[in-house]
Amino acid sequence: MELADIINPNNLVYEKPKLLTENTMHYCPGCSHGVVHKLLAEVIEDLDIQEKTIGVSPVGCSVFAYNYIEIDWQEAAHGRAPAVATGIARTNPDKVVFTYQGDGDLASIGTAEILHACNRGENIVVIFINNGIYGMTGGQMAPTTLLGQITATTPNGRDAGRNGYPLKITELIAQLPGTSYVTRQSVHTPATIRRCKKAITKAFQAAMDKKGTSFVEVVSTCNMNWKMTPVKANEWMVENMFPFYKPGDLKDSSKTDPESYTPIKN
Amino acid sequence: MGELRLMKGNEVIAEAAIRCGCDGYFGYPITPQSEVMETLMDREPWNETGMVVLQAESEIASIHMVYGAAASGKKVLTSSSSPGISLMSEGISYLAGAELPCLIVNVQRGGPGLGTIQPSQADYFQSTKGGGHGDYRLIVLAPSSVQEMNDFVELGFQLAFKYRNPALILTDGVIGQMMEKVVLADFIPRATEEEIDQKRGSWVTNGRKPNRQRNIITSLEMDSGRMEQNNLRLQAKYDRMEEEDVLFEELQCEDADYLLVAFGSSSRICQKAVDQAREKGIKVGLLRPITLFPFPKKPIAALAKRVKGILVVEMNAGQMIEDVQLAAGNVLPVMHFGRMGGIIPSPGEVVDALEQKLIGG
Ligand SMILES: Cc1ncc(C[n+]2csc(CCOP(=O)(O)OP(=O)(O)O)c2C)c(N)n1
Ligand code: SF4
Ligand SMILES: [Mg+2]
Repeated sequence: MELADIINPNNLVYEKPKLLTENTMHYCPGCSHGVVHKLLAEVIEDLDIQEKTIGVSPVGCSVFAYNYIEIDWQEAAHGRAPAVATGIARTNPDKVVFTYQGDGDLASIGTAEILHACNRGENIVVIFINNGIYGMTGGQMAPTTLLGQITATTPNGRDAGRNGYPLKITELIAQLPGTSYVTRQSVHTPATIRRCKKAITKAFQAAMDKKGTSFVEVVSTCNMNWKMTPVKANEWMVENMFPFYKPGDLKDSSKTDPESYTPIKN
Repeated sequence: MGELRLMKGNEVIAEAAIRCGCDGYFGYPITPQSEVMETLMDREPWNETGMVVLQAESEIASIHMVYGAAASGKKVLTSSSSPGISLMSEGISYLAGAELPCLIVNVQRGGPGLGTIQPSQADYFQSTKGGGHGDYRLIVLAPSSVQEMNDFVELGFQLAFKYRNPALILTDGVIGQMMEKVVLADFIPRATEEEIDQKRGSWVTNGRKPNRQRNIITSLEMDSGRMEQNNLRLQAKYDRMEEEDVLFEELQCEDADYLLVAFGSSSRICQKAVDQAREKGIKVGLLRPITLFPFPKKPIAALAKRVKGILVVEMNAGQMIEDVQLAAGNVLPVMHFGRMGGIIPSPGEVVDALEQKLIGG
């Protein structure tokens, strides 16, 4: 058998999504961001919406998300991506708009923007990368940091008395009538990656069907600032984060229409 | 000739926005400008032109909604009053950094802090020197009548799109709340997606079209060399504004011995003060900057060579006076008269100040 018999289009089982650019990713090896980017590129390609999708990148390690997926992008200020996405989606109702945000961005500085965008039921997709830490600025405590977790600003572990409690913002968001599909995923094994892709696909479909906001949390690792190897980080995540941030769907009304209302006359 | 109506300044902003083919308004209530959004909600332009009107959760959200829509090539505005504009400063800096056109209306009230709901001109520095972080400028238009509230909406958008830069209408509670006759503009249809792609396709992010490269809207640049180039490009743009788009009005300056310089509602008071002073035999003229940035440096420098003294009249502690002094140079006395806290000076007070500070009582 010749090499050409093996490397042959008929034998192709895997290729890089066409929408992923050739730019070298700046993420640390083992970081979850890269995997989620790949899934996003695949979903956008599968749904054939690359000509009408606008991505909104946050402030955080994924600030440069726009370098990696071949679509139009806007870079938002820290925490404001849901407001930026609202502005795009409201004035361009036939486009597909998503935000990509870290836990500091979404659950701390941008809490107001995310809650209100979800509460208004903006027809957007939110991809929420929860790595329990501020990756970009060097590993400080995030609102999602677990009790006892060591970070640059909680060197002896997060203490509830001093630092408050970890915030389950996804549970809060699932309460809002404006959201249609709210799920918590991860990307640490081939099986979870496949499941996460399904979830992202469903989220995009729901937003395109105008069912309200869809929200996909991805419980993630930041092996760099957790100061672990990628393998150890995955184990740590399963052991420590999953009991608190339980993977699975929190809400699925992606097939039902948003609630209507009767005006109250006075 | 457009339709003649008797309207409040704030209502006119709303009406003018609908008529000029605006795609969206995002705002948050604050006195003395809430009528802008109230008028829009009452008019329901989404039924008429398709314009979106959204009450946001804060001024921070409003300005970032403007950012998103503007970056998709849409013609959008927001309005607020002083404390709300402070909150918007983050977004305004991002808009300027990403070179996005939009219109912001500041119906000023007195500060600092929560201050007062009464009118003021104390946001001159904030408006003309940037306001948020970084080296940037806004195009700042200062209307002095309800008619100009109407006219400056479309003018503001034209300049914003010409330069890909945010434009600000800097007005105050006097003009926002005042009722005057106004000739409304004729309706301009909203731009279609094809028109947007044709005019702004080189930068808009409304979905990567097959015939163009993908666009990215960002103010981020990690390479200092390239970031300096970005800054130089912005500065060149601001210089071009100073060359091409300075607006001002001169009133009775031909034979003037003394010059008043005032903008917005203060300039209305100064018009009366000019008449009163002339009745007393003092030859006074008025220069009214219409664009506060770019500032009318040249006409002030020219007048500074002819008059004996300049009195800058503002409803603040002395802000525009710094630009007047810079323009005039050290060739004559440049004095300030201002009231604060929401107090509107009377024409008589202005004449008294002129006599005391410049003519010598
Ligand atoms: C207004 C503002 N405050 C602070 C920062 C600094 N900053 C940059 S990224 C970041 C935290 C990002 O953490 P997260 O959202 O969790 O993203 P990650 O890097 O972990 O993916 C902070 C505080 C900023 N850029 N802007
Ligand atoms: S610092 Fe953390 S979040 Fe950022 S790229 Fe590295 S591993 Fe990923
Ligand atoms: Mg994080």
